[in-house]
Amino acid sequence: MNKVVADARTAISDVQDGAVLMLGGFGLCGIPENCIAALVEKQVTQLTCISNNAGVDDFGIGLLLKQHQVKKMISSYVGENAEFERQLLSGELEVDLIPQGTLATRCLAAGYGMPAIYTPAGVGTEVAMGKEVRNFNGKDYLMELAFEADFAIVKAWKGDTHGNLIFRATSRNFNPLMAMAGKITIAEVEELVPAGTLDPDAIHTPGIYVNRIFQGVNYEKRIEQRTTRTL
Amino acid sequence: MALNKDQIAQRIARELRDGYYVNLGIGIPTLVANYIPAGMNVVLQSENGLLGMGPFPLTGEEDPDLINAGKQTITTVPGSVFFDSAMSFGMIRAGRVDLTVLGAMEVSQQGDIANWKIPGKMVKGMGGAMDLVASAQNIVVAMMHTNPKGESKLLQACALPLTGKRCVKRVVSDLAVLDIRDDRFHLLERAPGVSVDYIRERTAGELVVPDEVPEIQF
Repeated sequence: MNKVVADARTAISDVQDGAVLMLGGFGLCGIPENCIAALVEKQVTQLTCISNNAGVDDFGIGLLLKQHQVKKMISSYVGENAEFERQLLSGELEVDLIPQGTLATRCLAAGYGMPAIYTPAGVGTEVAMGKEVRNFNGKDYLMELAFEADFAIVKAWKGDTHGNLIFRATSRNFNPLMAMAGKITIAEVEELVPAGTLDPDAIHTPGIYVNRIFQGVNYEKRIEQRTTRTL
Repeated sequence: MALNKDQIAQRIARELRDGYYVNLGIGIPTLVANYIPAGMNVVLQSENGLLGMGPFPLTGEEDPDLINAGKQTITTVPGSVFFDSAMSFGMIRAGRVDLTVLGAMEVSQQGDIANWKIPGKMVKGMGGAMDLVASAQNIVVAMMHTNPKGESKLLQACALPLTGKRCVKRVVSDLAVLDIRDDRFHLLERAPGVSVDYIRERTAGELVVPDEVPEIQF
């Protein structure tokens, strides 16, 4: 049951060119910083990245974009990244924009072993093009397929040697959903503890979903929009 | 005088009721939080996974793990709870959120809304807007009545790619409060000193005007 690997480089060592990756996080909150850095170092290319956002120019998935490692992004919102916009408009980058709840629920479906879900999001819009529409109780819904990803790469606050994970505050976001949804799930954590240390009632992601876990290092946890009030 | 953004938010705050769970979009909708009446218990939902959003933190107390859907640092209020993005949109889809306030580039007299894409120009994405408008029972749109060129944003039919169809029930603009029903805009209130004719000239969609249109009181 010991899922522990040495570091990010080891954890992502078998990610090949053309892999489909899920990357947790909302904006820069709760992103797997160590694994992204290792992917940049490994220089794998032609990646498909399923992630709510695409980072900023010099952090998060933006680092992969800058090196032209990404072939396709599947996201709900990709503002805040000039390089992304440039690659998209020039045709270098393929982008599939999908509603945020649909993105989350397609992860959930994969983790729950369900092939598809029905959602009203996008009915009557260009998101519905080519999709099955089904009417339940007088309302139309789109059929959306569960994601298939080679690797899910997530960031947790605490984890144990069995791969059980606990997330903190809003850095939870897509992380537990993606953790359930990858063929291989890699978790980097701020604090790795021995199995038996975490309160079983407090665990968000059961370790059965996690294949590899490691103690992350040097977290920057960059804030995208620092907003404050005065007394 | 047309309303400023704070006054639009102030007027929308009158749609709040005690015990409401409310999702506020980015921009003018966020300002509504500043006008929740004293003593009224309203819980703000942030779709990145929080019920019980509080104000911005004091300088030095920012927490990178605690942001809102606009990626701004925030705080929580007592009784708050965190959850994942699937549950967040689950509670939205299941109709548990009582009021959704969001901005729009265009609204049609059928209640269609466009606010996520300008073909060839803006490619940022819809975020959670499509999920919100498809499921919320009670959607108020906060918007300017016209675009910077002076053209109406309240139309017979949206020209921009849609975010959702037949979902908007009420619009609060800088000029007026309008309901959408029977495929028409119905003028309810007007900004102080703004005439019905002035609003009519700036509403491209079909507008129903009752005999009496009171001014919005502040």
